[in-house]
Amino acid sequence: FQDQAEQFFRSGHTNNWAVLVCTSRFWFNYRHVANTLSIYRSVKRLGIADSHIVLMLADDMACNPRNPKPATVFSHKNMELNVYGDDVEVDYRSYEVTVENFLRVLTGRIPPSTPRSKRLLSDDRSNILIYMTGHGGNGFLKFQDSEEITNVELADAFEQMWQKRRYNELLFIIDTCQGASMYERFYSPNIMALASSQVGEDSLSHQPDLGIGVHLMDRYTFYVLEFLEEIHPASQTNMNDLFQVCPKSLCVSTPGHRTDLFQRDPQNVLITDFFGSVRKVEITTETISLDSDLADFESKFPKDELATEPLKYAEQLPVAQIIHQKPKQKEWHPPGGFILGLWALIIMVFFKTYGIKHMKHVF
Amino acid sequence: QLAVPIAVVFAPGSVPGDLPRSLPFRDVQETEISVNRRTSVVSRYETVYRSTTAQEETALGAATAREADAALCLLQDTSLGSLTMYVVPETSSLLPQVGSSTLRCQPLCASPIRGAPLTQVMSFTASSIAATLSDRMPDSQLGHDPRRHLKSSLGRDPKSHAVDWDIEDAVNRYVQPILDKLSLVANFSVDSQILYYAVLGVTPRFDKETSSFLLSAHSLPHVINPVEARLGSSAASLYPVLNFLLYVPERSHSPLYIQDKDGTPVSTNAFHSPRWGGIMIYNVEAPASPQASFPLHVDVDMVRVMEVFLAQLRLLFGLSREELPPEFLLESPGNEGLADWELDRLLWAHTLENIATVSTTLTSLAQLLDKIGNIVIKDDVASEVYRAVASAQSAMVELATGHLHSAFQASKEAVTSSERAFFDPSLLHLLYFPDDQKFAIYIPLFLPMAVPILLSLAKIVREARQRKKEPTKMD
Repeated sequence: FQDQAEQFFRSGHTNNWAVLVCTSRFWFNYRHVANTLSIYRSVKRLGIADSHIVLMLADDMACNPRNPKPATVFSHKNMELNVYGDDVEVDYRSYEVTVENFLRVLTGRIPPSTPRSKRLLSDDRSNILIYMTGHGGNGFLKFQDSEEITNVELADAFEQMWQKRRYNELLFIIDTCQGASMYERFYSPNIMALASSQVGEDSLSHQPDLGIGVHLMDRYTFYVLEFLEEIHPASQTNMNDLFQVCPKSLCVSTPGHRTDLFQRDPQNVLITDFFGSVRKVEITTETISLDSDLADFESKFPKDELATEPLKYAEQLPVAQIIHQKPKQKEWHPPGGFILGLWALIIMVFFKTYGIKHMKHVF
Repeated sequence: QLAVPIAVVFAPGSVPGDLPRSLPFRDVQETEISVNRRTSVVSRYETVYRSTTAQEETALGAATAREADAALCLLQDTSLGSLTMYVVPETSSLLPQVGSSTLRCQPLCASPIRGAPLTQVMSFTASSIAATLSDRMPDSQLGHDPRRHLKSSLGRDPKSHAVDWDIEDAVNRYVQPILDKLSLVANFSVDSQILYYAVLGVTPRFDKETSSFLLSAHSLPHVINPVEARLGSSAASLYPVLNFLLYVPERSHSPLYIQDKDGTPVSTNAFHSPRWGGIMIYNVEAPASPQASFPLHVDVDMVRVMEVFLAQLRLLFGLSREELPPEFLLESPGNEGLADWELDRLLWAHTLENIATVSTTLTSLAQLLDKIGNIVIKDDVASEVYRAVASAQSAMVELATGHLHSAFQASKEAVTSSERAFFDPSLLHLLYFPDDQKFAIYIPLFLPMAVPILLSLAKIVREARQRKKEPTKMD
């Protein structure tokens, strides 16, 4: 009976995924890349493998011409910790970090040619950690200075994921200005959200490094990271402790969280349920008995002798077909009503103003 | 509605005296299983009672149950989903004791009345249907993905052991038969590799009493992660991978046993993780003389290993041993790995699950399209949706008539079509601008331009009206 009670409070997930997104580029947004890479490092240390992490970064820090220490991204001043390291696997880099790609990753509507490392292959027993950082505002998050994602779109994307059961439980962490507005609109079950600041507040950065010349980390993520450094794969720390990280005295902004959509009590949710990859295992108690000698073994071999001609690479590409193809005629659509109306208006006004007599010169 | 065709065949001398009618006759039993408030499944057992034909009589006269089973298998039509029960007299030599026994192809009973729970075990039970149709799939079941990749790996330390395992032979002999039987359910591909210097993430404790190293049950979850990073499953394929890992512990940690919660060492020395695969620890005996040269050559006993791997494979597919009433004996499926009736159970569950998935997918797709009115549906997406609906309907019709095979195929097609329609890359709602965004973009552009135009129009109208009044005034 105690086993059953234990099981009820434990999460029912069998695998973990993480989607870590840094939505800024350019040298002065160094701290966002350092944020994301620090979370990436913690998540990897606690057990989630690269094949289960989708990392989206602009990745223009380490090799930036303005970086006095090339090939490094530091997260502590005095350059204590290089989070770029040797084994960072960035899945979406540079201009591939767009709202469209992010939503495609979440909803799974990916073109078939996408490689496996760029896909979120989660199922209905996956716990997913989504971390986003960058510049945001009330209800939106800016992606690479050119586009933005609204909280409505994000909520819809999560609902699409829920409809297809692409997650078991979801933890959404956002470290931007006015971050709490991004989780206001969520309506799908089993989502827990944390933000670094409330609506109307700005998230501040932690410490500038005089050697590198930029701010290295944001306050909220810095303290979250200090908290995560104490977690090891077998620890029993729960979510309530994560909610207490970075009080107003340290963070200047007020971190917020949202747990009403989450079914379990945050007290019973382990940090490693989302940040680590602790799998459910069962001891195998049964075996089946096999005969060690089998007379009809040889009959299996003839199946493999089918002679298949290996396809040559060039033949797989229908080059001849492509070269001789005529360009597809784009269908001509008549101009729409709006354009027609606009031009009719302009022409009418012109002739009325300058007089009808000019008409005969035109026609 | 789910229909199961059952045939009960009475051998001479076993006809009970209390049959309601004389042979042959048929009987239909319907029970309703309600899954939740709105859905219920009607299960219909159509039973045909008859007496044996001459060929079946000779088959039943065989010396052992196995031979009888083999002969009977050949005789009857092995269509999926149908069940044949042979009732033999209690004095027959086939039954080891008073009671009943169950074989690979079909069961042998001493009495047909007790056959009712047996039919439930062989096809489906109410709880298994409720489980498949519920919101979440049970932990032990694998999803409906059409392809699966099985990967066997051997982890070892090359300094002390030079391990050889004849994996290709073992796979062909033991794993391939069960995969062939399961080929209806999914396409499988099998891969194997050897990992050198693989480390367990956990340090095992040394137990002085047994002078062996022990891994406790609650440290097992942490073993998988360090290994997984090196398994290379991301390079394997896009489809879910099942990993079976055989670990040969290094000499300083030999012998290594797994301890379960009570503290007793596990007999199989293996554990598995749902949806991931299994790990087995293979202990190599220490050499008798300390002067033996390293690395030791070791030939892995594949039979022992395969027994465990296949058991894990069955568990991962959800084919655990069901609870049978006490007087039934169950014969193990042997080298084939999978009994026909176990395959039937799997297919019933998968078919139902596929149909449920199709309906939820198409419903949510319809809801998405309702919400975003100006999504353009491409022709091929539309045709996939039509195909999914038609296949799902035909699957339900086939289920009602009891043709499990065609029902399963239809349901698989329905699921593939519906997934393709739902996950089509063109349906991203980001690409379609809602009306308020269109207004927000065009108004700042056109409003300043429109102001002089509108004012001129107003002037034109005023002048026209004035001119109309002019002629009357000039008069």
